[in-house]
Amino acid sequence: MSRNLSVGTAPRPWLRRLILALVTVLFLFPLLGMLEFTLRQTGGGYGLEHWQALFDPENARKYRAMFRGLGNSLLLALLVLVIVLVLIFPTIVLVHLKFPRLQRGLDLLTILPIAIPAIVMVVGFAPVYRWIGKNISSETWPLFLAYGVLVLPFAYRAIATDLNGVDARTLSEAARSLGANWFTVLLRVIAPNVRRGLLNASLLTIAIVLGEFTVSSLLSRRTFQVGLLQLNQTDPFGAVAMSLLSLIVIFALLVLVGVLTGKPRKVRGGRGAGGAGGVGGAGGAQVAVSPVAPALPGVPVGAAVPDSGPHAGPGPASLPETPHPGGAAAGPASPKEGPHAR
Amino acid sequence: MPADATTTNHAAGGVKPTRGGDHASSGTEGLGAAVSLVEVVKKYGSTTVLHGVTLELQPGELVCLLGPSGCGKTTALRCLAGLEEVSGGAVLIGGEDVSAVPVNKRDIGMVFQAYSLFPHLTVAKNVAFGLERRGVPRAARDTRVEDSLRVVGLEGFEDRFPHQLSGGQQQRVALARALVTRPKALLLDEPLSALDAKVRVRLREQIRAIVTELGITTVFVTHDQEEALAISDRVAVMNGGRIEQLGTPEELYRKPATPFVANFVGLSNRLRGVVQADGVLVHGRVLPVGSLDGASVGDEVMAFVRPEHVRVERVGGAGAGSGGAGGALAGDGHGMPGTVVSSGFLGSLRRTVVKLEVDAAGGSEEIAVQHGADDDYEPGEAVILTVAPEPVALQKV
Repeated sequence: MSRNLSVGTAPRPWLRRLILALVTVLFLFPLLGMLEFTLRQTGGGYGLEHWQALFDPENARKYRAMFRGLGNSLLLALLVLVIVLVLIFPTIVLVHLKFPRLQRGLDLLTILPIAIPAIVMVVGFAPVYRWIGKNISSETWPLFLAYGVLVLPFAYRAIATDLNGVDARTLSEAARSLGANWFTVLLRVIAPNVRRGLLNASLLTIAIVLGEFTVSSLLSRRTFQVGLLQLNQTDPFGAVAMSLLSLIVIFALLVLVGVLTGKPRKVRGGRGAGGAGGVGGAGGAQVAVSPVAPALPGVPVGAAVPDSGPHAGPGPASLPETPHPGGAAAGPASPKEGPHAR
Repeated sequence: MPADATTTNHAAGGVKPTRGGDHASSGTEGLGAAVSLVEVVKKYGSTTVLHGVTLELQPGELVCLLGPSGCGKTTALRCLAGLEEVSGGAVLIGGEDVSAVPVNKRDIGMVFQAYSLFPHLTVAKNVAFGLERRGVPRAARDTRVEDSLRVVGLEGFEDRFPHQLSGGQQQRVALARALVTRPKALLLDEPLSALDAKVRVRLREQIRAIVTELGITTVFVTHDQEEALAISDRVAVMNGGRIEQLGTPEELYRKPATPFVANFVGLSNRLRGVVQADGVLVHGRVLPVGSLDGASVGDEVMAFVRPEHVRVERVGGAGAGSGGAGGALAGDGHGMPGTVVSSGFLGSLRRTVVKLEVDAAGGSEEIAVQHGADDDYEPGEAVILTVAPEPVALQKV
């Protein structure tokens, strides 16, 4: 036994396959339950009745509130993405490069939205949104400010983890010495090297915004989750089908991110495909946050993915040095050949 | 301030009139301009890292900042680059005070200790980065990138990514990237320290050749004395945030201004003695010295003696040692008896450590001797040591 479990020894192939199978079943079971539920025909048996009904123009009125909520949520996701990319990302880089002593404080600060119960946050947000409703807009879009706070812990960690794997200080100093200003450093040097973290943060942002229910419901704003809840009261089959559909979309996005960022990069510091910021790494684990809570009241299956926390939806579980042409031994080219010939 | 060079602590040695100096006299446009640190102070909170460092480089000159870890050499370079703000004093590039100018506007090229190529860009795009920032047209940019890569011997590598290059190749690309913008000064922060020994030697020779060809004013930071001595026009030895001595490599080695320099540059034996009218009395023998360096008769001093300035001789047999030592032999009454502790083969020479019998109480002192590789000594063998009249430095104790 000690030999099998010794440090540095990989599990045997059959054990790996068993673990993989168990995990797959664990994740697929609720999804299959949801699928089975949506395939139940009103008159008995199985069919695509409820799926077809979703896209039937005759049912537009029934689903209007939900689709309107979906539109609002997509707009919110876009606005929060802007916050993540334009505000949070530069702030993380700034703290990393210029104020590393603030790093610890920022780490703690960004945990607060997770640590504070959603209801408490709503109590705090309520007077702010009362004022916004009176003076700016009572529509749903101002909710992006609150959602910016909600996504902060996830976006921060996805980006910061990736940034820690890059020698950002040296890269930025090299770029600066070559004449680049800070904007160029951020856009042309740092961002491409934390692409994986930015993609993960973006995906998490979309997932969280699409899956958020508590804040929007208590602040009386129409979002996707609120629409789903309303729909669930009249058409639970349609609501679960929409939940499943949104899960599939998010899964497709996840695969897309994996494909886009999966190519191993040999960057100094040992980063690679399985790096900390990878889909399978710290950031990737958070991607499993449910975009929607598929298990609605009255629906017999649980959530397909782990609980997304207090703000989740309305469900119950919610090379060696080689010789080279004209190499070193030959010495530098004649000054007349070079660009610096005098 | 003298035009050639000064430090706050020591008068500077002469500047080699070769290399960049030729370019300086031509007045051709784009040549590396003089670079100066004037009484530069750098503080981090209450800690002072640089204590009024003054250093002036001639156009086209290559000066090494040499010193142990924490001596302030990299900080001085970063102040020069603009990566650190100076707490006092001034930084001049091309005669212009750039102390308040941000790094991206100082027109410098820099190569870092860590591999600093942008991992997401190809070699060509890395090298072109600085040209893009300066708005150089595409066609001219491509030509200059190509030429620059040829200068560092990496033509044909344009489409490779940094991770497809060896460490030495990456640093050569970094050098090409730093040079392609034709900066006023080239700053190299221990660029070879991550490379293996053979590549280091080859690359440092290449760097020396390139900066000589281009006539660019260069500051090279290193903690490797051999590297500094091999490629520099002058070397500034730093210690505790100050320049201990600035001089040519020969001056540093032959005439170290301070015991620290004597100890840090090259190997030195430390022999305790008392200054006499005709030399230094060491272990009952008077060693003739070239200069008393301000010490007075009766002063207790520590004499720093290079291993190659000591001659070793078998008792009653043939001797070995530095051919140029010319020291008085045992028969002259200056020889010091000792016992061989060890003898190590170093390739072209051999280093033998001898324990001197210094006093009747049984005290002893070890001294290293370098001699031809053919003369082998067995541990325990009795020998006579003779020191040439060139103790490299005297330190009062």
